[in-house]
Amino acid sequence: MKFLTPKRRIITEAAQSFTFTRRAMIVGTIQGSIGALLAGRMAWISVAENEKYSLLSESNRVNLTLIPPRRGWIIDRNGRPLANNRTDFRVDLIPQRVVDAEATIGQLARLLNLESDEVDRIREDLEKSAGFRPVQVADKLTYDQYAAVSVRLPDMPGVAPSQGFSRFYPGGATVGHLLGYVGAATAEEYKARKNPLLITPGFKVGKDGLEKAFDEHLTGKPGAKRVEVTARGKIVRELTTRPDTPGNPIKLTIDAGLQEYAGRRLATQSGSVVVIDCANGDVLAMASMPSFDPNSFSDGISHLEWEMLSKDDHVPLRNKTLQGLYPPGSTVKPMVALALLEAGVRPQETVGCSGAIRVGNTLFHCHKRRGHGAVNMRTAIAQSCDIYFYQMAQRIGMDRIAAMARRVGMGQRFDLPFPSQSYGTVPDAAWKEKKYNQSWQVYDTVNATIGQGYMLINPLQMAVMAARLATGKQLMPNFVHGAKRPAPAPVGATEEHLVVIREAMSAVVNGGGTGGAARMSVPGVLIAGKTGTAQVRRITMAERAGGVRGNSSLAFKLRDHALFQGFAPFDNPRYAVACIIEHGGHMIRNEDAPMIASDTMSYLFDPKKAMEKLETLEKGWGGTPTERQTRQMAAFRLAKAIEKGEVAVPPADNAANASSANEPAPVAATPVPTTTAADEMDDVPPPPGASARVTP
Amino acid sequence: MSIIPQPITQFPWRVLALLLAIAIFGTAVLYSAAGGSIFPWAINQGIRFIVFSAMALALSRISVDLFARFAFPAYGAVLVALFLVELIGGVAGGSQRWINLGFMQLQPSEFMKPIIVLAVARFYSLLPVGEIRRWNAIWPALVLIGVPWALVLIQPDLGTATMIAAGGITVMFLAGLPMRLFVGSGLTLAAIVPIAFSFLHDYQKNRVLIFLDPESDPLGAGYHISQSKIAIGSGGIWGKGFLQGTQSHLDYLPEGHTDFVFATMAEEWGLAGGILLIGSFMLLFRWGLRVSMRTNDKFARLAAAGLITTIFFYVAINLMMVMGLAPVVGIPLPFMSYGGSSMLTVMLCVGIVMAIDRSNKRSQHTGNWA
Repeated sequence: MKFLTPKRRIITEAAQSFTFTRRAMIVGTIQGSIGALLAGRMAWISVAENEKYSLLSESNRVNLTLIPPRRGWIIDRNGRPLANNRTDFRVDLIPQRVVDAEATIGQLARLLNLESDEVDRIREDLEKSAGFRPVQVADKLTYDQYAAVSVRLPDMPGVAPSQGFSRFYPGGATVGHLLGYVGAATAEEYKARKNPLLITPGFKVGKDGLEKAFDEHLTGKPGAKRVEVTARGKIVRELTTRPDTPGNPIKLTIDAGLQEYAGRRLATQSGSVVVIDCANGDVLAMASMPSFDPNSFSDGISHLEWEMLSKDDHVPLRNKTLQGLYPPGSTVKPMVALALLEAGVRPQETVGCSGAIRVGNTLFHCHKRRGHGAVNMRTAIAQSCDIYFYQMAQRIGMDRIAAMARRVGMGQRFDLPFPSQSYGTVPDAAWKEKKYNQSWQVYDTVNATIGQGYMLINPLQMAVMAARLATGKQLMPNFVHGAKRPAPAPVGATEEHLVVIREAMSAVVNGGGTGGAARMSVPGVLIAGKTGTAQVRRITMAERAGGVRGNSSLAFKLRDHALFQGFAPFDNPRYAVACIIEHGGHMIRNEDAPMIASDTMSYLFDPKKAMEKLETLEKGWGGTPTERQTRQMAAFRLAKAIEKGEVAVPPADNAANASSANEPAPVAATPVPTTTAADEMDDVPPPPGASARVTP
Repeated sequence: MSIIPQPITQFPWRVLALLLAIAIFGTAVLYSAAGGSIFPWAINQGIRFIVFSAMALALSRISVDLFARFAFPAYGAVLVALFLVELIGGVAGGSQRWINLGFMQLQPSEFMKPIIVLAVARFYSLLPVGEIRRWNAIWPALVLIGVPWALVLIQPDLGTATMIAAGGITVMFLAGLPMRLFVGSGLTLAAIVPIAFSFLHDYQKNRVLIFLDPESDPLGAGYHISQSKIAIGSGGIWGKGFLQGTQSHLDYLPEGHTDFVFATMAEEWGLAGGILLIGSFMLLFRWGLRVSMRTNDKFARLAAAGLITTIFFYVAINLMMVMGLAPVVGIPLPFMSYGGSSMLTVMLCVGIVMAIDRSNKRSQHTGNWA
């Protein structure tokens, strides 16, 4: 360095200095460009993409919570609620706002009467809590408790009382199968509808019955709450709240009082009652008992309760009215008689009943072993003589009977707002050919004539049949109040023929016939009807030889079904009724189909007196269905606990049935092996050679 | 001649006013980031700025020769400290960047940023002019840069290592090494990058990958960049207003008072605030480069341009990171980000540049007196 010549050094120094200046300017230019680039980039993000990022910033900041809409009410024909919304009061603690946790919990425990284990639970939750997530103190509070907490809020920082809504069915179990129930939407439902409301906590959808059918109508528009939240989910403040719009109410043709009465009047039996308005086909009551309580379903049913209900042999989970199919038994005889009249049979014509006749190579018996003697149409219906119908039906043939059966609603599909229905069958030659590829036999006609064999009906169809026999009009069942319908077509029977049938049916009840138990105590109102028995087991030759066993000595599942259809008043029909008691076996008179149907009907004419009778009867049955179900649940829980879940507990009702075997139980003398397991196989032909049976 | 006394005209009023403006703005942003409170950040930052400004002014009184003479010893001392950190880290396990002095924690890599500039400048000032286009002009500088660069990189601290290399190489560029070297190296580097990438730590690789596509993991590792862009983008032209930022106040923006303070600022002050801040920094850099170009002394002019470029690298890397143009490397924004180390470093740079500026003015005036 030092040895370099000064001259050369000066030149190179100058050159280097020049280089430095040039390079510094390059650096400066690069810095300036990068600065401009950054400014440009920022302008791009904040101006050109401002909208996108503002939106993202808002979606960060604002948390939208949906407020589940209140469900529309379901009201009866008189405006009484069948399903409404109960205010659900609850109290929570917001941990980060609580000042003195111990004192606050202590005060809440006093105000709300909290159990000590609950207090421990709250204390534990409070310790584990993240600070802003509310800790539940109690829910399902009464308004008084809610109010007691609300007025003391200034002394208890961090306590948050709130109110929501839950579905309430005042009728309890009696409306279970009619209305269905509500529950949280399933993953499949969410996939199908893609509505975020479905996954909102607290939102319920209709799961069954009318709640499901009218779900959209009943569902309102959700409210919304916008809150500002931090990245950790802490709520800073509420921005806006839009209240929910409740769903539309729906007015049914159901009479709430009658519906509840019918449900309770079914007593301890497994059965169904339907009442139809003869003026227009409106369904006034449709009860299927026993039933689940939709109130406990809408809160979320316990595993134990579900297990109890599914194990019960009275099948509380099946809607027997629409899904139960039964052989109609002798309840079809008035319909067959109408077909006979139409075919030209005169009511006065008589048939000699000796107790049995031979059809082909099979002997068909009457339920009265010694026979009825000479019977005309009126007596045949009143006494339910089988031989009369065997003879007459063979004369006119199955086709004319089947045609009449269809016109009175048997086998007809009704367009009803229920998710699941089973339809009965009206068999004829064409049907059998198609279904079994077999030709129609005379014994098929004989069987069908008394409502056995292939013939099946559900309780609603039976009520429709009663209403059509009563009015001669093809009334259609309807559930929506004020629904517009075309005028019903006539059944095709003359008024003269209808009068014959009505009077014969009145004789069943009031004229010493088989339905005396259905006689109504309302002055001036006579009920007309027809009883029926449907056998569900095969009676062997050996058994018949030694005497047919009584129902009371049989297992529940083997007992006969008891049926009744009718209308009142008999001369100017106003209401029609149908009642089916599964495996009732006609064992207990006041729990048998005729008296249940008649008492239910009497509620329409004299509710006070009907109610008095029911309350007296219920004392003997162990209280209302709710009380009995509560007791059953307790017993089930106890049995579960004791037997460690291994033993099936027989429901108390069965024991009651078995022990009351001393009641007058009309026992069917069944001549020919017949098996129709109606409740298990919906559409089963009888065994070859099977044929008639007798009904009282 | 002016009637104002020379010490007053020589006092660097203009650059101090510029720095004060930036620092006041930064303190205001920290006040907002704390939810409208001077605690805990704004007050500390303000006090630090005053203390470090005094330090910078004190530095500006020191002769430039002293910096030149102490450049290599200081470089050696910091290098030793870097080794120590590595050793302690090896013993303690895991990443170690600090030496605990008892009363404070010392981060030697932070000091290496200005020292490397001084050391390389010193090297070229000692190098004979004729040697500048020889191999001898290159390898010692590369060693000077390479050793601390490697030590910092294995800490691992990619951001600081990059800044050390960038600062040193800038001085090499300014010293007048042939242009083709830089062009050639640039091209080579571009070819090597994919290979180098495979040697990075997993978390560093992740940062790079996420930088390339932040939306691929908006809730995980890409969260920083995504939220920062949301903050800047939602600010618009005029911002949401002072204390009105939601991204920062509701904790969506991570590190909103340190590395991502620019996003906090941009959300509330918008593009206007951003342009103002970038413009202020550009003025600072222009001042530094002008000082260097006015200087005749070789060491001084290299040092001035190198140091101001070091500050530029802070600003550029931070802003690129915040705006999604660079991976998240943890380089703070001078005068804005909360933190003592970076402000100390930047004020050291500023102080030395002020000293160079002062010596220029004095030499011009002494000429008049002579």
